[in-house]
Amino acid sequence: MSFTRPQQTARWRRFDWVLIGAAATLMFIGTLLVWSATRPRAIAMGTDPQIYLKKHIITIVLAVLIGWVASRLSYQLLRAYAPILYGASILGLLAVLVLGARINGTRAWIALPGGFTLQPAEFTKVAVIVIMSFLLAEPRDPDKGPRWHDLMPVFGIVIVPLALIMKQPDLGTSLVISMVMLGVLAVGNASRGWFIAILIGVVAVTAIAVTVPGVLKNYQKARLTVFIDPSVDPAGAGYNLAQVRIAIGSGGLTGTGLFKGPQTNGRFVPEQQTDFIYSVAGEELGFLGSALIIVLLALIMWRALRISGRAPDAFGRMAAAGIAVWIGFQTFENIGMSLGIMPMTGVPLPFVSYGGSSLFALAIALGLLQQIHLASD
Amino acid sequence: MSRLFILRVLTVSMFLTLIGRLFFMQMVIGNTYAQQASNNQLRAVVVPAPRGLILDQAGRVLTGNQSSLVVTVDRTAITSHPAAGLTTLSKLAAILKTPVAELQARLTLCGTPGAAPSPICWNGSPFQPIPVAKGVGTDIALQVLERRSELPGVQAELQSEREFPKVFGVNLAQVLGYLGPVSDAEIAADSAKGLQLKRTDVVGRSGLEQSYDLQLRGTPGVTELAVDRNSTVIGTVSKTDPVPGNYLVTNIDARLQAVVEKQLAAAIARARQQGFPGDSGAAVVVDVNNGKVLAIASYPTYDPSVWVGGISSKDYQALTDKQSGTPLLFRPTQALFPPASTFKAISTVAAGNAGYPLTAPIACPSDIKLGNLLMHNHESAAYGNISVQRAIEVSCNTVFYKIGYDLWLRDGGNKAKNPKDPISTTAKAFGLGSPTGIDLPGEASGRVGGRQFKTEQYAQFREIWCRRSQIGYPEVSKTDPVRGAYLTALAKENCIDGWLYRGGDAANTAIGQGDTAVTPLQMAMVYAAIANGGTVWEPQIAKAFISSDGRTVTTIKPKAKAHVFIKKAVRDYLINALQGVPLRGTGIYPFQGFPLDKIKVAAKTGSGEVSNAKAPVSWFNAFAPADHPKYEVVVMVSQGGTGAVTSGPSVRMIMEALFGVQGSTVNPAKSVLVGSAPATRLPTVRADGTVVPLPGAGQAWSPLAKQKAGVKR
Repeated sequence: MSFTRPQQTARWRRFDWVLIGAAATLMFIGTLLVWSATRPRAIAMGTDPQIYLKKHIITIVLAVLIGWVASRLSYQLLRAYAPILYGASILGLLAVLVLGARINGTRAWIALPGGFTLQPAEFTKVAVIVIMSFLLAEPRDPDKGPRWHDLMPVFGIVIVPLALIMKQPDLGTSLVISMVMLGVLAVGNASRGWFIAILIGVVAVTAIAVTVPGVLKNYQKARLTVFIDPSVDPAGAGYNLAQVRIAIGSGGLTGTGLFKGPQTNGRFVPEQQTDFIYSVAGEELGFLGSALIIVLLALIMWRALRISGRAPDAFGRMAAAGIAVWIGFQTFENIGMSLGIMPMTGVPLPFVSYGGSSLFALAIALGLLQQIHLASD
Repeated sequence: MSRLFILRVLTVSMFLTLIGRLFFMQMVIGNTYAQQASNNQLRAVVVPAPRGLILDQAGRVLTGNQSSLVVTVDRTAITSHPAAGLTTLSKLAAILKTPVAELQARLTLCGTPGAAPSPICWNGSPFQPIPVAKGVGTDIALQVLERRSELPGVQAELQSEREFPKVFGVNLAQVLGYLGPVSDAEIAADSAKGLQLKRTDVVGRSGLEQSYDLQLRGTPGVTELAVDRNSTVIGTVSKTDPVPGNYLVTNIDARLQAVVEKQLAAAIARARQQGFPGDSGAAVVVDVNNGKVLAIASYPTYDPSVWVGGISSKDYQALTDKQSGTPLLFRPTQALFPPASTFKAISTVAAGNAGYPLTAPIACPSDIKLGNLLMHNHESAAYGNISVQRAIEVSCNTVFYKIGYDLWLRDGGNKAKNPKDPISTTAKAFGLGSPTGIDLPGEASGRVGGRQFKTEQYAQFREIWCRRSQIGYPEVSKTDPVRGAYLTALAKENCIDGWLYRGGDAANTAIGQGDTAVTPLQMAMVYAAIANGGTVWEPQIAKAFISSDGRTVTTIKPKAKAHVFIKKAVRDYLINALQGVPLRGTGIYPFQGFPLDKIKVAAKTGSGEVSNAKAPVSWFNAFAPADHPKYEVVVMVSQGGTGAVTSGPSVRMIMEALFGVQGSTVNPAKSVLVGSAPATRLPTVRADGTVVPLPGAGQAWSPLAKQKAGVKR
C-alpha cells in the first residue's frame, strides 16, 4: 500500500486491520483458555468458577481503551511521554522490591484492590523500546551510525531496569529486554562489532549465572536446566514441565474440546492461566488450535516488521522492530518452554495469558505500531 | 534493510521450529503422553488444624491439646472378610487387653441394628480408619506396628487430642464439653455455610466445645499430591498449611471455680450428714454488673478425660445412669426446681410496683384462711403482725400468701377480666420461663405459674382429663381403688374448670411453690438484676477470642436480655430487707462472725417443697456488697434440707474467697481473684501460640513443649 491515500479517508480506516484482527482473535482464544484453566480449581475450592473470566474480560476492555488512547497520541508527543513512562516504570520496579507481593519466590507484583495486581516490568519493555529508539534515531554522525558516545546512554537506559528486574528475580523478562535491545540495535545500524560484543556479553552473563555457584538460586538453576531432562527433578520443576508436556502431547489433532481436558480439569499443571496457558490450548484445542495461535502470533510479528520496513523515519523503524522482537521472542520463549525446547522462565504468552500488565503493555505497543503505520502513508 | 531481512528470516525459522516441535509432540509421539495422562491421579492429604485452647480469665489453660498414640482399624478391611476380620480383632483385643465385643461395638456404624449408643458406635465415615484405642503406651503401639502383617487394616499413629490440666483441681466437665466425630449430615450442613468439614474432623458435642465449635475448630491444611497409577507420588500440586483454631478466653476464674466446686461438694456433704438424700446441686457466681459467669459448678460431676480417645461403654453408662445421678446433666442450666422462698424477692417487686403497701403490718400466723382455703406456714413460726421487710427476713409464708391472694383479688379473682397477674408477669420480666441465653447448649426454659400457664395447660390436657373423667383410671383402680377414685374425681374437676387460676394457686405462686420451676442460673440472674437496678444480663462464659498467633483479638460484649422496671423505693426497701436476712433473719446461722459491717451481704434462703421428694430443695442466694453490688452467688442442693443450714455456709465461704475475708478482717489482696477483681486485661498469646497468663497467675503454656512431651511417652 505504497500509493498515497486521499486525505479525506477516515483515520480509523487506515489502521492496520490485519494486525488488530490477529490480536483480537488471540485475545478471544486467550479468554476461553483462561476460563477453562481457572474453572476447575474454583469449583474445587467452592468459589465463583467465572471469577477469572470476569476479571480477564474487564482487563481486555481496559486494554482496548489504553490501546485506543495510545493510537491517538501525537507521534511527536511520544518524545515527551516516553521519559515519563520510563521513569514511572523504574519507580514501579523499585516499589515492587520494597512492597511487592511475593508470588512463587519472585517479588514482581504490586497488589491492587479487588484482587488485581500490577507488574511494572511489563511496562518497562515498552518504555525501553521507545527511549532507545529516540536516542538512536539521532546519532551525532548520521552517516556512520551510532558510535560509543551514542551507545553509552542507551546501555545506561537499559542496564538500570535490567538490574532491578534481575533483582526480583525475573529471568524471563530480563532475557526479553536483552533481546529487544539487540533487535533495536540491529535495525539501528549499530556496527557489527558492537552487536557481536553485546551478544557475547549476554551469552557470557548467562553462562556465568548458570555455572558459578551462588549467582542463581538452586531452584532457578533447576528451572533453567530441567527442560533438557525433566526426570532430573521429577517432583519439583520437572514435575511441572512433565505435566505441561503430557497435557500438550495428549491433545492430538483436535484436542479434547474446551473444558474437557482431563489434565486441565485435574489441575495437574500449575500456573496454567498465566505462564502455562499454552498447555490448555494443546490439550483442549489440539494441534489445529495450538498451531493457529502460533500462526496468529507470527502474523502479528510479520505485520510489525512490515511496519518497521515502511516506517517514515529511524525512530519508527527501530520502535516497530523492537516491538516485533519483544512479541516474537516472548512467544518463542513461552511456547518453547511449554514444548520443552526452551528453559523454564516465567513470561506470559502475548495476548493470550491472564494478566493485566502484559495486556496493557501490549495494547500500548499496538497503539504505537498503528501510529507508525499511519505516519508512513 | 538487510538487517531487517535477517530479522525476518530469524522470525520465520523460530515460528517454524515451534510448529514443527508442536507437530512432533502431538501428532508423532502424542500417544505416549496420552498414556501418561490417563495414569495421573490426585490425592488429598489432610493435615488437621490444632484446636483452639480454652483458657480461664487469667490465661490458665482449662482445655489443652496433647499428642497421643492411637490405634485405628480400617473397617472395610475387617468387614470385607468377616472370618479373617474376626481373627484380626481378637489378636488386637489381646494386645490392647480389651474385650473383642468392645472393639466390635466401636466399629459398628451408628444407626445400624444392634449399634451401641452414639459416642460408642462409629458416627463418621465408614471408609475412614476408626480409632479403637487412644492414649496407648509406646509398647502397645510398637507391637501393633511390628505385627502389621498379622493385623491387616490396623494402624498405630500419633494424633492430637484434648487434655485437661485441671489447674487447682477444677473439673468444669459439662462446661468445657467434649468432642465427637463429625456426621455426614453435619458435613452437608457445614458445606452449605461455605465451610469444609472433612470426614476425619471432630466437632464439639457439648459445652463450650459445641457452642464455639467454629471458632475453636480452625482450618485444616490440605496437601494435594499427584500420584501415578502405582500410587507413587510424582509431585505436589498444591499445599495449604493448617490454621489453628482461636483461643477462647472465658470469664471463669479457675481458682474461684475450685473454691466453688469444693463448697458445692461440702454443701452436698452437709445435706447427707443431716440424713437428706442431697442427690444433686448447683453453684454459680456471676458479676452482677455484666452477667459474666465467674464460676459455675454442677453436682454430681465426672472426669472430662473419659471422653478423650472415645468413651468406653461402661463410662458412658455411668454418665447417663440414674443410679449415679446422671452426671451428664448440668444442674445450673438444665435442671428445674421450685424457687421456693427465694421467689419472694420477685413477689415483693411485683407488689411494690403495683402499689401494695409494704410497710404496713401484716399478720404472720401459722395458718391463714384465704376465702374458703386454709393455708399453712410451712417454713416459719407465727410472728404476729409484721412488715413485709420482716416477712422477708424471717421468710414468713403467710404474709406472702396474703400478698399473692390480695393481688389475685385485685385482678378480679375467679371472674377476672383482663387480669394483670403482676407476680407472674414480673417473674417473666426477670427472665423466668425463658432461657437465660448463656453460651452453653441445651438450656432449660422452666415455667412460671400464673393465669397464662393454667390456660395453656388446660388447652394441652383438656381432652385427656375429660376422657379420664368418663373412663376413670382402671389400671390404677385394679390395685388401689381409693387412689383410682381420687384421680378420677380430679380429672372430672379439671375437665370442667382446669383453666381456672384459683386464689390458692396465686398464694402458692407468691411463695415460689406450685407450677413455677426455675434453673439455679435463672435465679442467680434474677438476684443479679435486683442488685444492679433491673438489668437482666445474659450470662456469658466466653470473654474473648484470641487468634493462635495472638494477632487478632475479639472481645465479647455483655448483652442485656431485658430490663425490669423496679421503683427505686421498692428496690431500696427490698435490698434493705435482704440485708436483714444474714443480720437478723433466716441467714444468721451461716454468716455468724462474717464482717457484715465491712461487706454488706444481701441474701435470701429457700426451702422448696417438691412432691415425691423426701426432703426440700435447699437454696441460698446472696449478693455483695449490698451497697455497691459486685457478685451474686447461689448455691442449691436438691433434697438437701433448709437453705441456711445446708447451702448457706458454702455461700459464706465463697464470699470470703471473693473478698479476701480472714476472720473478721477484709484483705482484698487475699481474694482468690488475681488483682482482687475480675480481670480487665486479657492474657497474652505470643506469635508461636504460647499463652502467657496475667502476672501472678502461673506459668506460660507452650503448644510446642506440649507436643514433644506427648511424643516422648
